[in-house]
Amino acid sequence: MIGGWLKQRAARRRPASAGSALDRRQGAWLLGAAALTMAPHASWLPPWISGLCAALLAWRGLLLWHGRQAPSPWLLLALTAAAAAGVRAEFGHFFGKDPGVALLALLLGLKLLEIRAARDARAAVMLCFFLQLAIFFEDQSFPVAALALSASLLGLAALVAQADPNGRSGEHLRVAGTLMAQGLPFMLILFVLFPRIDGPLWGLPADAFSARTGLSESMSPGSISALSQSGEIAFRASFAGEVPARRQRYWRGPVLTRFDGRTWQAEHAQEAAAPFHAADGKRIDYTLTLEAHGKRWLLALDFPGATGAALRHTSDFQLLAPRPVRSRVQHELSAHPAAVAGLAETAATLAAARRLPPGFNPRTQALAARLAADAESHEQILQRAVSHLRDAGLLYTLRPPLLGRDSVDEFLFGSRRGFCEHFASAFTVLMRAAGVPARVVTGYQGGEINPVDGNLVVRQLDAHAWSEVWLAGRGWVRVDPTYLAAPRRIDDGLAAALPAGEALPFTLRAQHDWLRNMRLRWEALSNAWNQRVLGYNPERQRALLSRLGLAPGDAWRLAGMLAAAIGVPFLCLLLWAGRRRRSTDPLDRAWQALSTKLAARGLARQPWEGPHDYTQRVASAIPELAAAVRAIGVDYASLRYGPHSDGARLAALRKKIDALRLP
Amino acid sequence: MPNFHVERLLEAASQIILGKGHELRLAFACLIARGHLLIEDVPGVGKTTLAHTLAQLTGLQLQRVQFTSDLLPADILGASIFDRDTNAFRFHPGPVFAQVVLADEINRATPKTQSALLEAMEERQITADGHSFELPEPFFVIATQNPAHQIGTFPLPESQLDRFLLRIRLGYPDPMAERALLMGEDRRSVLERRTPVIGPAELMGLQRAAQALHVADRLIDYVQALLSATRHDAELATGLSPRAGLGLLSAARAWALIDGRDHVLPEDVQTLFPHVAAHRLHLAGDARPVPATTLARLIQSVALP
Repeated sequence: MIGGWLKQRAARRRPASAGSALDRRQGAWLLGAAALTMAPHASWLPPWISGLCAALLAWRGLLLWHGRQAPSPWLLLALTAAAAAGVRAEFGHFFGKDPGVALLALLLGLKLLEIRAARDARAAVMLCFFLQLAIFFEDQSFPVAALALSASLLGLAALVAQADPNGRSGEHLRVAGTLMAQGLPFMLILFVLFPRIDGPLWGLPADAFSARTGLSESMSPGSISALSQSGEIAFRASFAGEVPARRQRYWRGPVLTRFDGRTWQAEHAQEAAAPFHAADGKRIDYTLTLEAHGKRWLLALDFPGATGAALRHTSDFQLLAPRPVRSRVQHELSAHPAAVAGLAETAATLAAARRLPPGFNPRTQALAARLAADAESHEQILQRAVSHLRDAGLLYTLRPPLLGRDSVDEFLFGSRRGFCEHFASAFTVLMRAAGVPARVVTGYQGGEINPVDGNLVVRQLDAHAWSEVWLAGRGWVRVDPTYLAAPRRIDDGLAAALPAGEALPFTLRAQHDWLRNMRLRWEALSNAWNQRVLGYNPERQRALLSRLGLAPGDAWRLAGMLAAAIGVPFLCLLLWAGRRRRSTDPLDRAWQALSTKLAARGLARQPWEGPHDYTQRVASAIPELAAAVRAIGVDYASLRYGPHSDGARLAALRKKIDALRLP
Repeated sequence: MPNFHVERLLEAASQIILGKGHELRLAFACLIARGHLLIEDVPGVGKTTLAHTLAQLTGLQLQRVQFTSDLLPADILGASIFDRDTNAFRFHPGPVFAQVVLADEINRATPKTQSALLEAMEERQITADGHSFELPEPFFVIATQNPAHQIGTFPLPESQLDRFLLRIRLGYPDPMAERALLMGEDRRSVLERRTPVIGPAELMGLQRAAQALHVADRLIDYVQALLSATRHDAELATGLSPRAGLGLLSAARAWALIDGRDHVLPEDVQTLFPHVAAHRLHLAGDARPVPATTLARLIQSVALP
């Protein structure tokens, strides 16, 4: 029954579509738009769906190329059912973003095959536009936006080609470009003024919980070296003044106090609105733009200064956001590198910072006992430990050997090869064994200044771990044991510190300078995009509106402003279009001037009125002007419709029209 | 500067047909545009006299055929008759072999006879017994037609109406003209005394001059827009054909020539449009002839390019 209905439908539509069916050029525009629309989706859709979409597009292309009819409705119906079943099998349901987008992509491919009439093509273009919006659910980066924009352009060109099947292809593209350019100011106005809602621009709640790379609340051997393979950006910082030296750029993340022999974990710390230390001394102001990592901590430069009310300080000098960071955030922060922190630490904290699991690392315990013997102060123990480690012949490497139960012993006395977590862990254990309160701090160290925009970029591979030792009278003092073995890690960055032949992300290798350069430029561009476009959140909108003199929540004025902001450019465009039509031809302009002049007497020319009839009408209405107006009519008629055009006569006509005075 | 020949023609004609200056101009325009003229009106308003006047003033020979329901094609075209002297069939040309053919009351004849004449009009030659015979030049058919609702008529089919360039109506004379008509002597005897104003050669010269008249691109655009308006109007059953468009343009050229201009104005097109379109267009639905108000509305719906 459905088959019969489909056939009837097809038969009914075919004759009507004879003139308007997809021609080859329009089809090419449409296929181009669909391909560009689907391309970004391919990277997150299940492979079989991407493959099927590509196959459908290719099929359509072949049919188009050979000028063949669309396949039978039966086949398409079967394909649609199969595709829907496949989506159902893949996702388990039809609801939600991912199955929805997958289904739409498949339907677009099928719709392209089903095109028999002009409206089918239009529907396909609309479907393309919708899928272009859906791209932003997954990715809002600059290149993807550019891709979506080009896809929209091709979709518009397909519509233009449909309206004007005989025009040139270049003309189609030009008209589509003009349409898009005309839409641009409205897009900008809506972007700036349309009320924002809290939350990421395109995110859905489910996105916020997806796994991300980055630091965690615990550290065991290998957890930070795993990050060193990732060139992904962790955060950016732009400094108000001079950028501090690389050796000072320690970005504090989770502070790890509890040790079970293998894994370091964070102890519960107190939270407060103000710092637990005296934030004084030299002050560095900077703006931190943190990528989403799903955790509460911010990566603040040591030691953080006072902040706005929303942020929290912990007793181990971290800075926390009120909620887990699930989209890119920006904060104005300050740092006091010379501040003294933790002078009056509680006994419980200090005890926790001395606790070691019993029965681990006996050789380290013995070494600690030797270092601590007849030492006068903790400072002295620290000095001895530092010089011992410096002379121990330890090697900094991304590929340390696997360690067994007594990991610190094995590192210090066996393999002697390790990454920063090995150094920090070993040093902290050694200090604790010698009775000095110590803990591991994880975070990021260094970062790279992008010369294009001057911002500091810190990547996952800059993740680092170091130690903090508590000394009476000096508070918590940072000791970076990695520096003892590989000072270049701190002075010059990871790439410089590693022995030759160690794996690093391709673009970070020193020998690919031009590649690095391109990468830097690219990152500056995407940073600008992030800051200006994606970072335009409700707060920044409020700030902008209040600078424009609008109180927050002033809905009526905002609506009025929005209407004015849309209406005024639209009116300008309209006037411009009207002006342009009038001003194409000087003769037309002169003739229009006559009508405009006489309009004061209600004698404007009717659009269908010829020159002779018009001047005759004017002459009988204003007898004083009869002769002059009739002469003008004759002159205009012979210039406009006569065989000869003549600049001098045109000038004379213009003069006559100018000279005309209404009595 | 009005054309000298045309001026004299019009003046002479208006002395015979009183108070019908505009219709006379239209008739001459049709002649100069090498089209055929259809006059539609009730009997007795001077249709035949107009035909006579046109022929007499241009020095063309006239043949009049009164169409009746028993008229046969051969009565118009001619017939081959056996000639004893030469022992062969000889073609005897019918009344259509004249420079001006007045087909009186054309809608009284059967469609077969009508179409015989109309085919001759289009081809400007007739074929009989395998021989073609050229019709004289200039060749001008004036057909008169009673309004279709009168009894005993065979309305001309649309395809044949399309062969007439213009359709005019004479209508009753205005009171002044009618009084002069009633007081003066018989029009026919006035006409018989009249000598031709120009000869066939001058007429053909006028026809060539009209054909060569300049038409601006904007005017072509305008004609196209008008044609397109008739094709996309909801009130009309069908639009004007390209032949009608060509006819409109050549009639406008002739009109401009009569007016003494070297170029065609939109007004020329607007003046001629009702006469070119009225017999070619029908209302959608009940196929009634299109009223003048619809044509005026069509003209006013198309802006000058």
